[in-house]
Amino acid sequence: MAQHSSKGARFQAVTANRLSDGEVVYLSPDNQWAETFAAADIADGPEAGDALMARALPADFELHVLEPYLFEVLQDGTQYKPASVREIIRAAGPTVRLDLGKQADAKRES
Amino acid sequence: MYRYDEFDHQLVGERVKQFRGQVERRVSGELTEDAFKPLRLMNGVYLQLHAYMLRVAIPYGTLSSKQMRMQAHIARKYDRGYGHFTTRQNIQFNWPALDKIPDLLEELATVEMHAIQTSGNCIRNVTSDQYAAAIDGEIEDPRIISEIIRQWSTFHPEFTYLPRKFKIAVTGHDNDRAAIKLHDIGIVIKQNELGDVGYEIHVGGGQGRTPFIAKKMADFVPKAQLLAYLEAVMRVYNMLGRRDNSYKARIKIMVHETGEVEMRRLIEAEFAKIDASQMLAVPQAEIDRISAYFASPEFENLPATSATLDAAQAQDADFARWVRANVVAHKQHGYGIVNISLKPIGGVPGDATDVQMEAVADLAERYSFDEIRVTHEQNLVLPHIRLDDLKTVYDALNAHELATANLGLISDTIACPGLDYCNLANARSIPLAQEISERFADLDQQYDIGELKIKISGCINACGHHHVGHIGILGVDKKGTEFYQISLGGSADENASIGTITGRAFTEETIVDAIETVVTTYTDMRQTDERFIDTYRRVGLDPFKERLYAE
Repeated sequence: MAQHSSKGARFQAVTANRLSDGEVVYLSPDNQWAETFAAADIADGPEAGDALMARALPADFELHVLEPYLFEVLQDGTQYKPASVREIIRAAGPTVRLDLGKQADAKRES
Repeated sequence: MYRYDEFDHQLVGERVKQFRGQVERRVSGELTEDAFKPLRLMNGVYLQLHAYMLRVAIPYGTLSSKQMRMQAHIARKYDRGYGHFTTRQNIQFNWPALDKIPDLLEELATVEMHAIQTSGNCIRNVTSDQYAAAIDGEIEDPRIISEIIRQWSTFHPEFTYLPRKFKIAVTGHDNDRAAIKLHDIGIVIKQNELGDVGYEIHVGGGQGRTPFIAKKMADFVPKAQLLAYLEAVMRVYNMLGRRDNSYKARIKIMVHETGEVEMRRLIEAEFAKIDASQMLAVPQAEIDRISAYFASPEFENLPATSATLDAAQAQDADFARWVRANVVAHKQHGYGIVNISLKPIGGVPGDATDVQMEAVADLAERYSFDEIRVTHEQNLVLPHIRLDDLKTVYDALNAHELATANLGLISDTIACPGLDYCNLANARSIPLAQEISERFADLDQQYDIGELKIKISGCINACGHHHVGHIGILGVDKKGTEFYQISLGGSADENASIGTITGRAFTEETIVDAIETVVTTYTDMRQTDERFIDTYRRVGLDPFKERLYAE
C-alpha cells in the first residue's frame, strides 16, 4: 500500500474501512467511526497525529474496522480536505459513478 | 457447457459452509483480520477503496444464460445493480457487504459457480479463447483441457501455497486471443505430422512490475502426459521460486534468472522423475464425460450467405457497420460470432448493468445455444448466431446500449478499475478510457484509424495490460497527484511484444492530447492498409517521441 501521509504533513486524520461492509470511516473527536470526512478528528502536528492513531487502536478495534491509517489533510480556509486524489476519492466515491458512494448519500440528504 | 458432478457440488457446497463459519468468527472477534484475510482472499473477497469486492470465477470465460441471470440477480440483490467483467474473463462486484457474502455464494452455487481460485497464491481460474468451438481452424475446443486443468488444480494440496499466484491460459488456434504468452503457463493445442493432438507449452510470461514474454519450453507434449508435465513445471517452481520477495516470486522471474535453457533442463529432469506407472492420467471415461459437455451444438445446414442479412444491411447503415466491426466469421455456414462491446462511447469498460446482463442471457438462450463468453478484452460474445437472426439480435442489443460497433478499435479500450475503486491503484484508469472514447467518438474516424488497442492500468501491477497495448497507458502517483506514462508497440497476440515507454509522463490534462498526437503521427506515416502496430514496428519509437515531446 502506498504511503498515505508525508513526513512533513502538518494536518492528519485517521481512516479505515468498516468490518461489516467495508464502508470508509473516519475516527471522530469522540472516538466513533464516522462515515463522513467532515466528522473526522484532525490532528495538528506529528505528535498529535501519533496520539490520534493510538486512539484508533484500542484492544477491540478489529471488531469494528480494518487497517486504520493516518493520511494527510490540507487546510482550505476554515475547512479541511484530504491531500491525495486517493483520499479525495475515498471520501466521496468513484469519480465515474457520481450516483454511488458517499457523494450520492450527501446528494440524497441535501 | 460443463455440468457439475457430485464431487463438484460437494466441494463448492462445503466451501460455502466453511466460509460462512469463518465470516461469523471474524465478526464475533474470534478471528483477527490477519488470520481472516487469507481465508477471505481464498474465497475471492478483496477489500477495495469504498467496500469489499467479490470476484466470481467464470471458468474459461463460458457462461450459460442461467448463470448470467444469476450475475444480474447478484448485482441487484447484493450489489449496486452492475458488475464488472475483467481481463481474466471473470466478473467482479464492487459493493457486497461481508456478512451477506456467504448468502451470495450459496445462491451462486445453485448455478454451479463460485469464487474459488480468483485470489491467493494458487493456480487461478484458467482462461481461454472466447471463440472456442465457433471459429474455423481450431484444432480442438480448448475448454475441454481447460476444464480438466480446472479440476486438477482446484484445491490441489501441493499447489495451494505457491510462492505467488499462477495463471494458465489455453488456446486451440494459431491466432492467439487468450494472450497465452503473457501467462505463467500458456498452452497451445497443436497437431503433429502424425496427426496426433498435443500441447506446445510456454512458461514464464507475465506483466506487472517486470513484464516478460513466455519462453517456449516444449514443442509437443502428448495429450496423455499434459498433467504430468504441468506437475513438473509446478514442482520446479514450488521448490525454486522465490519466497523472500513478493516482487520476484512469479515464475517469470525464475525463468529469467535461471535462463531458458536451464529452466527447460530442470523441468525435463523433474518430468523424467515422474514414473510412467505413476503418471497422473485422466481416465478415458472421464475425458469422454467432460468432452461430451463441449460437443458441438446441433447447427442447422444453412447456406453460407443470408438474403435476410443482406437486405437488412442494405436498409440499415448502422447495422451494416456493426456487422462489419463486431461479427466474426463462424466455422459453420450460416452462422456468425457476435461480439458485444462493453465499451460504449463514454462508458466504463467492462461494466454491465443487471438489466443488460439479463438481456444478453435472453439472447443467448434464444439464439446462441444458451452460451455466452467473456473476453479478456472485457467484452461479451454470443458465439453461435444464425446470420438470419443477426438483425433481431442487433436490435435487442441496441435497445440496451450494447451495440457499439467498435470491436478492436481505438475506443475498445481495456481499463482496470484504477483509483476509482482499487486499493492498489496509483491513478484512475476509467476516466481516461472514457475521455479517449469521447475524443474519438466518430465511428468513421475510428474505422479509418483501424485496429488499435489501447490498454490502461492504474498501477504497475498491470491489470489493464498496458505493457501489451499497441498504446499502453500507466497511471503513476507523484505526491498524491496522477500522472500517465505512455508505452508503444505492445501486443498480446501470437506476435506478443512488450511496449516501450516513450519518455516522461503526462498530466491528467495533457494525456488525451498526447494519445491524439500518437494517433496522428501514425496516420501521417502509415502505408496503405498498414495497422498501427505494423507502422510502429516499421518506423520504431523515434518519430512518435519527436512529436510527443516537441517543444
